[in-house]
Amino acid sequence: MVVWIGLVAITGLEVFLAYMELRPTVMLSVLVVLSVVKAGLIMSYFMHLKFERFQLVLWLIPATIFCIFMMLIIFFWDSLRLLQMRPQ
Amino acid sequence: MHDTKTDAALSSPWSGGTAPFAMGSKKLGMWLFIVSDTLTFSALLITYSYSRLANPDWPRPFPINPAIIFSTTMTVVLLASSLTMVMAVMAAQRGDRKRTVLWMVATMAGGLIFTGLHLREWLNLITKEGFTPWSSPEGSPLFGATFFGITGLHMTHVMIGVFYLGIVATGFGRGKFSAEDVEVNGLYWHFVDLVWMFVFPMIYLMSVKY
Repeated sequence: MVVWIGLVAITGLEVFLAYMELRPTVMLSVLVVLSVVKAGLIMSYFMHLKFERFQLVLWLIPATIFCIFMMLIIFFWDSLRLLQMRPQ
Repeated sequence: MHDTKTDAALSSPWSGGTAPFAMGSKKLGMWLFIVSDTLTFSALLITYSYSRLANPDWPRPFPINPAIIFSTTMTVVLLASSLTMVMAVMAAQRGDRKRTVLWMVATMAGGLIFTGLHLREWLNLITKEGFTPWSSPEGSPLFGATFFGITGLHMTHVMIGVFYLGIVATGFGRGKFSAEDVEVNGLYWHFVDLVWMFVFPMIYLMSVKY
């Protein structure tokens, strides 16, 4: 229940950030970090990952992060390059 | 037949009878599905973020009032349905069949409300604002492609989840399914919620109209 209130609070914080008119890059980074926090809360408490064997976490999470990182390696540098090429 | 070699093979972890990570095979299977589905969604979201950052003329069709308030309501509905699912799993582990089915029906209602609100928003975007999956009234047409693609795939997951909940709730009510089946169903539902926790900020809050 406490976790759930925390999740709603983070959602509220994200909506509040939408009012702040941040630059898209800053906004995207902040939102991704907050979402990863929320995903961690959901997985560890709602999905009981915290109460399973730790070995399972060691199997699942690094493999997933590795695969996502492989996708990012292809796209990320190019998107940064495009950002610098963009007319200011 | 029962020489020492076969005995050794049968006593190995690969011969069956042992549970990896001390969990049932259904639960492990659901975790593996969740990992693969995570990669599907992250591929879509990375594509989206890339186009979002690379296009200065990205459309911003979501004013704070009503669109952001509307989609925040959707988020809270989905989060609430996650909470009722936690309740269902707890009731199932206590062996309380009636409560479990009630909480699961509440979860299904949450999923249905979410889908209904979402479809209303889609209709509004298509008929009133003129967005389609391949074009947009102003700015990059990639908005429609990524928006309808990602939220559509997520909505498909929600609807499949509603059917899945219905089947497991009926079966559990009749005593055909165990508490573990309810828990595995919960894993799926929480995952759908988790995906929305990425979709909502990255798609809606990145396209607020000022």
